[in-house]
Amino acid sequence: MKCQQCEKPATFHITELTGEQPQEIHLCEGCAQKYLMQTPGTGMPGKASLAGMLAQQLKVADTAKELEKLDEKCCPICGISFYEFRNQGRLGCPHDYVFFASELEPLIVNIHGDLLHKGKHPLTHKRSTESQTKLIQLRREMNEAIRLEQYERASELRDTIRNLEEGEEQAEDDHSV
Amino acid sequence: MNVDLNELTGRAGEWMKGAGPQSDIVISSRIRLARNIAEFPFIRRCTTPDRAAIDKAVRDRLAEVPQLTDLAYMRVDELSDVDRHFLAERQLISRELVEAEGARSVAIDPNERLSLMINEEDHLRIQVMKSGFDLVAAWEQINEVDDLLESKLTYAFHDKLGYLTACPTNVGTGMRVSVMLHLPALVITQQIEKVFRSLQKINLAVRGLYGEGSQAMGDFYQISNQITLGRSEIELRDQVHDVVPMIIDYERRARDFLLKQNQQDLHDKISRAYGILRTAQTISSEETMHLLSSVRMGVNLGLIDDLLIADINKLFVDTQPAHLQKLRGGPLDTAGRNSERALYLRRYLSQKEKDGADQN
Ligand SMILES: [Zn+2]
Ligand SMILES: [Zn+2]
Repeated sequence: MKCQQCEKPATFHITELTGEQPQEIHLCEGCAQKYLMQTPGTGMPGKASLAGMLAQQLKVADTAKELEKLDEKCCPICGISFYEFRNQGRLGCPHDYVFFASELEPLIVNIHGDLLHKGKHPLTHKRSTESQTKLIQLRREMNEAIRLEQYERASELRDTIRNLEEGEEQAEDDHSV
Repeated sequence: MNVDLNELTGRAGEWMKGAGPQSDIVISSRIRLARNIAEFPFIRRCTTPDRAAIDKAVRDRLAEVPQLTDLAYMRVDELSDVDRHFLAERQLISRELVEAEGARSVAIDPNERLSLMINEEDHLRIQVMKSGFDLVAAWEQINEVDDLLESKLTYAFHDKLGYLTACPTNVGTGMRVSVMLHLPALVITQQIEKVFRSLQKINLAVRGLYGEGSQAMGDFYQISNQITLGRSEIELRDQVHDVVPMIIDYERRARDFLLKQNQQDLHDKISRAYGILRTAQTISSEETMHLLSSVRMGVNLGLIDDLLIADINKLFVDTQPAHLQKLRGGPLDTAGRNSERALYLRRYLSQKEKDGADQN
């Protein structure tokens, strides 16, 4: 049997149960990979279904011009643009949940029907979102300094990172005593 | 600890054992947690040094957890293509980890129940797998491992949104609970869609997959939670846990119906499947899976008595492409695999037949 998308032999046989009738789809491995990435309702919705949800949500809220502006919005920590997120369906860093909060929240409600975590919390290592962000930023600056061969600056940054991390460890230890 | 993949080749991993509650219908119960280390960007925005640093950070921290020192570490990017697929066929790593680029690893416990993937879609994916229907034990183990790791690593966590993940579909608990079911009678009686439509209504995802990777798998279906935020881990686990017995019951009733309605046809179908597996000279992965599915039901219904469910599960795994090549000890093209597969099946099944005859 040949793949429905290309000429290769079909090795992937997927039964879709989203419609009224089950639908058999026969694909080669490469095409299946692409297909699975965009299939909704799989327990791991891929980028296309996320992009679809976002597009729907944005269509309601924004004009083309506003959307264009939104797409250019970049996270100051990891540098990911909203457009890249829309395209790849994956965020760039933990700070994105804060930075893109107003765009992400409707999407999260759409997926989960909720915005409030009710599960377990880390027991020992609690770090504020702010200090998480600070650490990512410092680490990024340090790598950049290494890349530019500014070794003195890199070693300063390394010390700052170490101090910040140790400061927190210290605070935790003090707290637990 | 180093692991010899060749040694794994001859062994049955956890989910192949055909043991555990309801293992005639439930192949395996699996839970995975997605976690990220707070001070690194998510994988997509990681530099090459970042990825190496994450890999090292997790390894170093893990080495400090006494309960986890018997895990076997492997740098997936340093393995051969066959070895990577071999691990995926045993469900110890995901397809995504097989195909990703850059520094990435897996840590596996000796009985293949626990695996930790580093630098998959998230920095860390913890997976626990149990044979049969055993989500409660799976949750207990994974929760304990998560706590142990959490005492060494600072996870990206948000007060309201919970554990932060690269994809918003996993945020909150980062937990995916799934159960793999073998439902041939519901397929034959064409009731399967009805069952699935009702599952989708309660936010459970169903995947009817005749293929995990490049292998075909007849009549196997995976049920998992879609939502990860807004409910506790226990609630998410129980949602899947509570629905599985109903599906098991449907499948058993469908099997009873088939036996009563037309035992001869059913027996014929199963016997023919068994006959082909015992005698074929060349056979594709897809055909093997479909035939094994029938034989598996035959064993469950007592229509075939010289095989155990564990044998069938082992054959499912061993007849996959990477496993065949490991067993053979060299690369095989498709035609070569098809005849090697047939040879393996003939040998295995005639040995079982002989064992059965010797006992009688
Ligand atoms: Zn194709
Ligand atoms: Zn970011």
